[in-house]
Parts: sequence; C-alpha cells; structure tokens
Amino acid sequence: MTAAFDRHLLVAEDISVHIPSGGGTVRAVDRVSLSLERGKTLALVGESGSGKSMLCRAILGIPPGRAATRGRIIFGERDLAQLPEKELNAIRGREIGVVLQNPMSSLNPVLKVGWQIAEPMLRHLGISLLKARERAVELLGAVGIPRPAERVDCYPHQLSGGMRQRVAIAIALACDPQLLIADEPTTALDVTVQAEILNLLGRLQMERRMAMILVSHDLGVVAGRAHETAVMYAGRIVEQAPTVILFDQMRMRYTRALFDSIPRLDAPSGQPLASIGGQLPDLAAELQGCRFAPRCRRAEDRCFAEEPPLVADGLEDHRFACWFPCEPGISVTPPGPLLPKRIMS
Amino acid sequence: MGKRGSITFWLAIGWIAVVIVCAITAPWWPVPAPDLIDPDLLATPPCVGHPLGTDTMGRDIAARLLFGARVSIIVGFCAPLVGMVLGSLLGVPAGFYRGRPERLILFILDTLLAFPGLVFLLVFTFVFGASLTTITVALGVLTAPRFARVARANTIRFAEREFVLAARGVGAGDFSIILREILPNVLAPMLIYMLLVIGFVIVAEGGLGFLGLSVPSPAPSWGGMIAGGRDILDQAPHVSLIPTAVMFLTVLSVNLIGDAVRGRLDRREGQL
Amino acid sequence: MNGNNPKNQEPLLRVKDLTVEYPACRGRKVHAVSGVSFDLARRETLGLVGESGCGKSSLARAIMQLPKPTAGKVILDGDDLAACDPVRLRILRSRFQMIFQDPASSLNPSRTVGASIEAPLLAMGHHGREERTRQAKVMMAAVGLDPERHYGRRPHQLSGGQCQRVAIARALMTNPRLLVCDEPVSSLDVSVQAQILNLLREVRGEYGLSMLFIAHDLAVVKNIADRVAVMYLGRLCEVAQCEDFYRAPAHPYSMALLDAVPRPDPRHLLPATGMLPGELPSAIDPPSGCRFRTRCRRAEALCAMECPELREIAPGHKVACHFPTFVKDL
Repeated sequence: MTAAFDRHLLVAEDISVHIPSGGGTVRAVDRVSLSLERGKTLALVGESGSGKSMLCRAILGIPPGRAATRGRIIFGERDLAQLPEKELNAIRGREIGVVLQNPMSSLNPVLKVGWQIAEPMLRHLGISLLKARERAVELLGAVGIPRPAERVDCYPHQLSGGMRQRVAIAIALACDPQLLIADEPTTALDVTVQAEILNLLGRLQMERRMAMILVSHDLGVVAGRAHETAVMYAGRIVEQAPTVILFDQMRMRYTRALFDSIPRLDAPSGQPLASIGGQLPDLAAELQGCRFAPRCRRAEDRCFAEEPPLVADGLEDHRFACWFPCEPGISVTPPGPLLPKRIMS
Repeated sequence: MGKRGSITFWLAIGWIAVVIVCAITAPWWPVPAPDLIDPDLLATPPCVGHPLGTDTMGRDIAARLLFGARVSIIVGFCAPLVGMVLGSLLGVPAGFYRGRPERLILFILDTLLAFPGLVFLLVFTFVFGASLTTITVALGVLTAPRFARVARANTIRFAEREFVLAARGVGAGDFSIILREILPNVLAPMLIYMLLVIGFVIVAEGGLGFLGLSVPSPAPSWGGMIAGGRDILDQAPHVSLIPTAVMFLTVLSVNLIGDAVRGRLDRREGQL
Repeated sequence: MNGNNPKNQEPLLRVKDLTVEYPACRGRKVHAVSGVSFDLARRETLGLVGESGCGKSSLARAIMQLPKPTAGKVILDGDDLAACDPVRLRILRSRFQMIFQDPASSLNPSRTVGASIEAPLLAMGHHGREERTRQAKVMMAAVGLDPERHYGRRPHQLSGGQCQRVAIARALMTNPRLLVCDEPVSSLDVSVQAQILNLLREVRGEYGLSMLFIAHDLAVVKNIADRVAVMYLGRLCEVAQCEDFYRAPAHPYSMALLDAVPRPDPRHLLPATGMLPGELPSAIDPPSGCRFRTRCRRAEALCAMECPELREIAPGHKVACHFPTFVKDL
C-alpha cells in the first residue's frame, strides 16, 4: 500500500455524497473510487447531474449545504475526510487549487485582481505584501495576460471572460498547489478562448508538475488533455481508462453515446447526430441494475436487474461497468489528420 | 428550515388565524360591550365577568381586544395593500421605461421618503379627520415609496430577461408585457415585502393610537389600550401588558410567516 | 403560398448595410455591427459564427427589430422591416421568430409551459382558449415534449434541454418563415446539444423554415448549416457554402476559429502556441482598415490603411481580406 501512496497524490475510496431533499436523499455521488498520480491529469466527464462537480466538492471538503460525504480521501498522507475544518482550510488554496466554471461569479467584483491573487499567498505563505504583489505580477504573466504590471490593478469587470478565467487560474496557482481541480473551466467561454485556456492549463501543469482533475461535459475537450479519463453517469464511474485507450475502444455504451453526440468537423455536413434519448434517472429513488439501462438501446433484462461492476476486461487499466459492452479493438477515431497540414504552420 | 422551523411557522399561522377569527366574530363573544363602562370595577385584574380584567375606565379588556383586533387587522392588511398598489403603479413603469420617466418617479419617491412620516400623518388626519379609512390610506401612502423601490428593482431584474424580448418578438405591446410578463414575477417579492410591512404597520398604528391619532375613542384600538394603561403601570400592569403581548405576538407571527415564505421563494428561484 | 409566385425565386431575407451602434460613455459609440449585408434563401440555414463581442447577437436582434437597427435594411419577403411602422411590424412579426441562448431566462418563470407556448397566439389576437390549448399541445408533441405531463409544469421543473424545446415550440406557434437562433445550444451539455440540433433540423424540414443559426463553435455550425458567415468585430469576414468553407477557408480568422474546435481525438496534435494572439479590440474604437489586422499574422501596411471589401474569390465564396488563402495555395 505504501508504495502506491508514494506514487499517488490522491486516493479516494468509496466516496458518496448524499444530499437530503424534499423527495428523499439524492445520492449525487455513489461509492466512487479514484486515484491520481503526481503530475498526471485525470478527466472527469459526464452530463450535468452526473455528480462530477459534487465529487470535486467532496474532495475539497466543501459539499453543498447539508450534504453528507462518506468515504476516505487520502491526499499525500492525510485523510481529508477526517481532518478538522481548520486544517482543511490550510490545505485548500495552498496544496489544492480550484478553478471554477464561471469566471464572472468566481471573482470578487469589488477587489482588484492583484489583491485576489495576493490574498492566498498572504494567508498561506506569510510573505510580505510587496513580495505578494510582485508574485501576482509574475503569475499574471505566467497565465498569459499581456502587460501584467498594469493588469494587476484592474477590476474583474475591466477584463474579458477569457482574461478573467486566466486570473482565476493565477489565483489557484498562487501557492504552487500539488493538485489543481478545474471544474468545467471553459464551459462558459468561446471556442477560441477555450482552446487557449486548455493549452495554458496543460502547459502550467507540465511546468509545475501538478496533478490535475479536469471536469467537462464534453469528451472532445478532454481528448488531448488528460492522461486518464473517467466517465461518470448518475453518480457512478461507468468507464475509466488511459485517455488514448478509452478513445480507441469505448466499451461502455454510455461513453460511446456521449462520444457520438459530439458534432465533428470531419463528419459530413447536415447529418443527424446520434443523441441519447431520455433523461438522467431520479437519484432520489432506489436504483436497481445498470443506471444507464433505461436509455440504452442494447439493454436486456439483466441490465435492469443487476448492477454491472466496474471491472477490467483484457487491458488491466481499462475498466468499465457494462454487461454487454461494445466490441473491443474497433477504433472509433478515424485515421489521419482532420485538416490539411497548413493549419499547423 | 428544519422540523423546528416548520413548527414555529405553523404556530405563527395559527396565531394569525385566531386573531382574524376573533376580529370577525367579535360581536358574538360572551363579553360585555367594548364601550360599556363598569364604574365599580376600575382596572381590576381578571375576574368573573371580565376574563382579562378591566381598564382604567372600567371597560372590559377582552372585549376591547376583540374589537381592537378589527382595527389592527384592517389597518395592518389594507394599508400595505394600498401601499403595494400605489408602489407598483410608480415602481413598475420606472423600472420598465428607465430614462426620464424613471428619474422623475425616483425624484418623487425620494421626496416622499424624506418627508417626516409623523408630520404627514398629523396633517393627513387633521385635514381628513381621524377615521379607520384615513388612517389606512395615510399609512398606505407612507409605505408606498418603499414598495415602489422594491417594484422598480425587481422590474429591472426581469425586464432584461430574454422572455420579455421573446414577448416583444411576437408583437406584444408594453402594456401587455407589463401585465403578463413582468407583474406576475414582481408580485412574489412584493408580497413578501408586504408581510414585513404588515408588522411595521400594526406597530405604527399602535404608535398612533398611543398618541391619540388613531381611530377616535371610545372605539377600541390596541395602541389606544396600551396608552390607556401607562399611568397605572405600577399598580395594574395588566391593563397595558395584555394588549402589548397580543400586539407583540401578532407582529412576531407575521414576520415569521414572511421569513418562511421568503425562504420557499428563494429556493424556487435558486432552482432556475 | 403560390408556387409560381416570382417572389419565391427571391431570397427570403435580404440584409443590406445593417449598422447597429449603441451610445457609450462620454458621447462615444459602440460599433456593434458595421455595414453587414447578406441574403438568406428560402429553406436555407446560414450559420453565423464569431467570438462573444463580435456583434452576432446585436445583428440577430437588429434583424428581429428588437430594437430597430441604427441604419440599413432588413427586407423580409419584400417588406423592409426597419422601415415598417409599428402596426405593420406587429402583423409581420408572426413571420420571423427567435430562440435565445439561455433557456431558463427565455421563459417566464411564473408561467406554465403551456401558457408560455400559447402566448404568441394570444399576442396575435387568437382568442378562444380551447383552440389555443389544442394547438399548443400539438406543438409540444412536435418538439418532443409530453403534452399531458409537461403542459402544466413551470420552467424551473424542467431541464435545460426541455426549456429549449419549449422555446422552440413557442417560436413555431406563429408558423414563421424565418427562425433566428441566437446560440441555442451553447449553454447545453453535449448530449442535449445533439438532441436540440436534431430537433431543429427536423422542424426546419417540416415547417419549411429558413434559419439564421448563431454559434461560436464551427463544428456545431457544420452540422446544421448550408452556408457559413464568419463575423469579427461587427463585420463579415467570410461567407461561403459549407463544403467550400470547411474544405478551404480563406480568411485567416476563419482558420483560427477552425483550429480552436476541440477534436475528440487524443492523438490530434494541439497547436502549441496561441492561435489568436492578443485580445479582441474594443468595439468603441475599432482598428483602422481591416479590423482583424491587430491579431493577424499576415497583416501588412495595406491592411491598416484600407478596409477590405467582401469580394467573391470563387462562385458563392466571399472573403473580406487583402491576402486570402486560395484553394491553389493549399
């Protein structure tokens, strides 16, 4: 076990997040386990309501409202689930950084961005105000904001959405965290800005050897950006594999459906997209069998009766939960480059 | 809001229901008439025939509380209603049209807010005479500017939503947009604000009664009853304290209901 | 509609020199849309692409006359909407409808789904409650909602995708010719986005609609549009048929947009450096000449001096660039 903990920065075991509500307890996350090595990126993919954000909040120790979190969250050598609030506060912002979806609401509108970047450094590192400001300018430069020395005195509303997200990243990176949790960091942004922010995150992660959890609802977004990808559905992980393997042979039918619903540049124009009919199951109800079965075209009696376990079949690190998986070995990504080479130049 | 929160909410509802039922059924209770003076029993504690005792003039406190409830309930509910209607008439157009009409209306509101309320009430009751109607209207006018501000703020919030644009897109005119799209959404926060104002108005009516500016005696009002007992607080505290307690419970209940309803509405908004 | 009507040969919508300006502080103006012209044929879908702040929403609202544009013509079926008096415009409104980006915000939270869908009929003066309800329920079924289950619901009880279906149903109630869709799928999950795109394609065929489809993602546009128009800072950069555009984009900005589309392929090489250097300039004080020149790698002195006109480089393929990429260069 100790050897595994050396390699792994984060090991989460059997995490459940139960949120009490009017219609019963919503099991937003249900017995999810995952691990993350130092310096690696794990992508969490799923539709809204699949529990991916809740899982992140559980890891951070900030579940919503009156939600109850269960399970073990080993970060470094400590179990975050057992730590008192005070020690958790010392870890959040210092060892774990967070970037949220909407940079409009995650920045404080009445504080200059320089202050907002300096604040975690003042709190956690105890450096002088002057030094913190200096570092804030450095960080703004590092996240690709032009003229950082001027921008440090800007208010959030003076910056564009993409620039604000860069500021949010600078805040998350202020104390050199070992783990960065990016919860849909580009969903509220334009495609062009999205590409830049994702490139920036990838670059910073390599330079700083951070581990990263990248959350998205779009498989296309995480394709080239994560070492490992976990697909979540209705509070459970339903397929998990190194990203290249996952995209080469999607086994779980939900993953495949999610992939097929992405509009593609290399698809012919005007073709209907494969879409997933129906809706997420009610997580407050007692669920039986495979949670995707009601929306799955291949579902049989067994799918409704027994929940498939998340196990490997063939490749050791490719696990999926499906009784009737897609055939392995069929590459779903078409060969060859998608666009002429000129665009690379 | 846990189990306890909902219990206090239902207790508050129960108290208000009791007050309203009492106000309606006041004439049929087995108590003496509210203005019947019993010269032998001045400021006596509760006894047979006078379940809550008598006041300094020998009138039955229970009867006066029952009839006083009518005044408090009518003023407490009607004045905020007047204020809400007036406030909506000013606030919704201000928020909807912006620009010059808004500046004009805001100026009127600021003037009204700056005018000392007590002076206004004095002048109003002097000119129109002190009656239930004038008190109600006067307090309504007094609360209107605050309602107008709530109405304006919420109108601005909803007028920028896309469903208003969508209504324009099908050719709806200003009047129909205000009536069908804006008003139903502004109404909910206005009603919640009204619950807060009801508490304020009941207390204000009490204050007026205390000053002798509410409904003219011998008609009973809770404020007048409290005022009537102030000289003998040391000998017969119940003359003031019983109406005070009743008023306190009523205002507290209204405010508790307001908070609970607001909580529910906030949750609904949060889901959007 | 009469099939022999010569009007049918004409484009349904003709936008000419459309300009939208807003007042900004200190007497300055925001040049949101500057002299945009394009045609939209009957039953055609034009995808309008650009980043936020490029003026595509302002353009959509100007076409909808919400509010009227500062200058220019919007000719729908022979009627210049921008020059119409309010009474006539109100009658014409049934012919062009709009769908918005944020499904939750585009529905009145205090109304039931059914009432929202019926609202256009009421505004058009169709009285008769039963008939309205009947039509609304037919439309609900057509957009994939359950008429019995969803009719009495309120928006907060629906998912984002269902809200967008309600918005589509509402827009179709007046039997319009033109549907303006302002980023209708941008705030939806990928799986829901696919459902809504499929639905739009379906109703487009069924109701014979022309569509102006606004998006910032070129992959989404490729899926639904016949023709693409790329917009940058209030001006059109490139207009072309889908096949031509995706095979050989000519404007450097179009190429940057194409590069940015995420590829669902882990082996796809990511462009190492930023594709679009710098930031979007302010629309209050746009760059002289070509507005894209401040971020363009090909920009030369000419680009700062002269504003490139939208000119045809191949049949149906127009580009506003002094140095466009031609097919033979590839």
